[in-house]
Amino acid sequence: MSTAATVTSEATTSGTLDVAAIKAEFPLLQREVHGRPIVYLDSGATSQKPQSVLDAMDRYYAEINANVHRGAYHIAERATTAVESARAALGRFLGAPSAEEVVFTKNATESINLVAHSWGRTNLTEGDVVLLTMLEHHANIVPWQQLAAERGVEVRWIPVDANGRLDLSDLDALLDGVRLLAVTAASNVTGDLPPVRRLADAAHAVGATVLVDASQWVPHQPTDVTAWDADFVAVTGHKMLGPTGIGALWGRRELLDAMPPFLGGGSMIQNVTVDGFTPADVPTRFEAGTQPIAEIVGWHAAIDYLSALGIDAIAAHERDLTGYALRTLADRFGDDLAIHGPALAADGTVEDRGGTLSLAYRDVHPHDLSQVLDQHGVCVRAGHHCAKPLMKVLGVNATARASLYLYNDESDVDALADALADAGDFFAF
Amino acid sequence: MAGLEDLYREIILDHYRNPRNRGELEVPPATMAEGFNPLCGDEIQVYLQVDDGAISDVRIGGQGCSISQSSASMMSTAVAGKSLDEARDVLRQFKEMMSIHEHGLEGDDDAPADDRPGASGLGDLEALRGVVKFPVRIKCATLGWNTLDQAIGQSLDQSLDQAGDGPAA
Repeated sequence: MSTAATVTSEATTSGTLDVAAIKAEFPLLQREVHGRPIVYLDSGATSQKPQSVLDAMDRYYAEINANVHRGAYHIAERATTAVESARAALGRFLGAPSAEEVVFTKNATESINLVAHSWGRTNLTEGDVVLLTMLEHHANIVPWQQLAAERGVEVRWIPVDANGRLDLSDLDALLDGVRLLAVTAASNVTGDLPPVRRLADAAHAVGATVLVDASQWVPHQPTDVTAWDADFVAVTGHKMLGPTGIGALWGRRELLDAMPPFLGGGSMIQNVTVDGFTPADVPTRFEAGTQPIAEIVGWHAAIDYLSALGIDAIAAHERDLTGYALRTLADRFGDDLAIHGPALAADGTVEDRGGTLSLAYRDVHPHDLSQVLDQHGVCVRAGHHCAKPLMKVLGVNATARASLYLYNDESDVDALADALADAGDFFAF
Repeated sequence: MAGLEDLYREIILDHYRNPRNRGELEVPPATMAEGFNPLCGDEIQVYLQVDDGAISDVRIGGQGCSISQSSASMMSTAVAGKSLDEARDVLRQFKEMMSIHEHGLEGDDDAPADDRPGASGLGDLEALRGVVKFPVRIKCATLGWNTLDQAIGQSLDQSLDQAGDGPAA
């Protein structure tokens, strides 16, 4: 129902981003914290929202709020159209062959749980193997552990090296008996970008199904679910400029068609009698109850915003900025600062990686570090990032994580470096 | 606005740099409880040796931020040698101090009326009062104390078991 194209046409010039213009479109980035301009470096946790997203949600409530797929009156039809056009826009953004393969969920966590419940409980039995990587977020670990506890399914792990990069040297052996490979497309801790297509090909070669957790990928890089040759892809709205409370599962049509419903209730049925029910077709089968319509509309506006800028331009900007950050931090802090994950190559170039930088600074605990950074208005995440198995391999309980996005620029990186220097002074011992 | 000096008092940093009663005790005869802060990954082990209803030795293991580590260190010095009842009394007072008042949530500059040395009888532990102005860090400060609570509970269970299992002493 809305398009951000007019809003953002000034923010992109010949494929490179005009970050100052972009920043100006995010109300939250205009505020101050502790008397300083906010420096938001926690988009890996959640992104900020442009005015066009906020406006789209407001307009939905002010102009066409009605339940969808129910009423025959004007605003109900408008609301239904808004939801279905959002589904189509998301399908295009993901490279999905059909919008009907896009199921709205609450978030990527629910998307993965949907697969674990509906596909997993239909297709996996005792002794079957689910192969994960040590890079996974708890959202792509715990649902499989639940299935393991319930069904006797074996959960197996692709290891990482000491710097948090996937170690695929034993992949063939690890794939023995695997029915499902569930892998992240981008680590939320190290910024590592696993080779999804290569892993999918290897998994398919042994007859396994492939689920990709794309939560940290879709906001930052061009996505094509068919180029990945994935079977399921879990995504979330709030990390890609959309509101919280809305995510999606893309799945191959034939897989979705064969899966039973996850949640039961209104909307997801063709018919209900006192004796039982007949489930609806996909994707409705998996969308029980009233959906978060305003959030779907807001997510659509976010997709429009990203599309107008161009996801390739966003990816290029983040790659440049990540290189600037790695060089700046190395120049200013040398060996006092370590970054978990792909780092600068000897020749100063940046390996292919996401803009997620997990920092270890001298002996300052990440919690203390983020507290001092906060006094500078610098927002970073401190903690285990819902990836405790990975943290154990890295040999830490927590890291301070700065994650970059389209609205960050070199001044934000400089502010981070200044705040880090101050933290070093404060905790000097 | 609450400043960093409200949080990182000198005595807190001293306990962080030089933690007291660091180490382990043999279990049994000692008891050990383990506490986790699921948000940040901090973890603490509290070892308690209880003899005749009093804490004859206490050791702290684990790792975490300056607030969780210093609070546990200060806790260990506060309860060492105390009876279990006395230790629980200190525990109760400390947790009362850490309970969020509107004052803390609003980030008000005004110090609470009883923010004076000796006002609460908590001694050095009062240095941790400033944590209340940083609500996210309260869980760091209370981690060691909640773990102590568990360890005390285990000690009591252990002494009950011994009383039940063995011949009447």
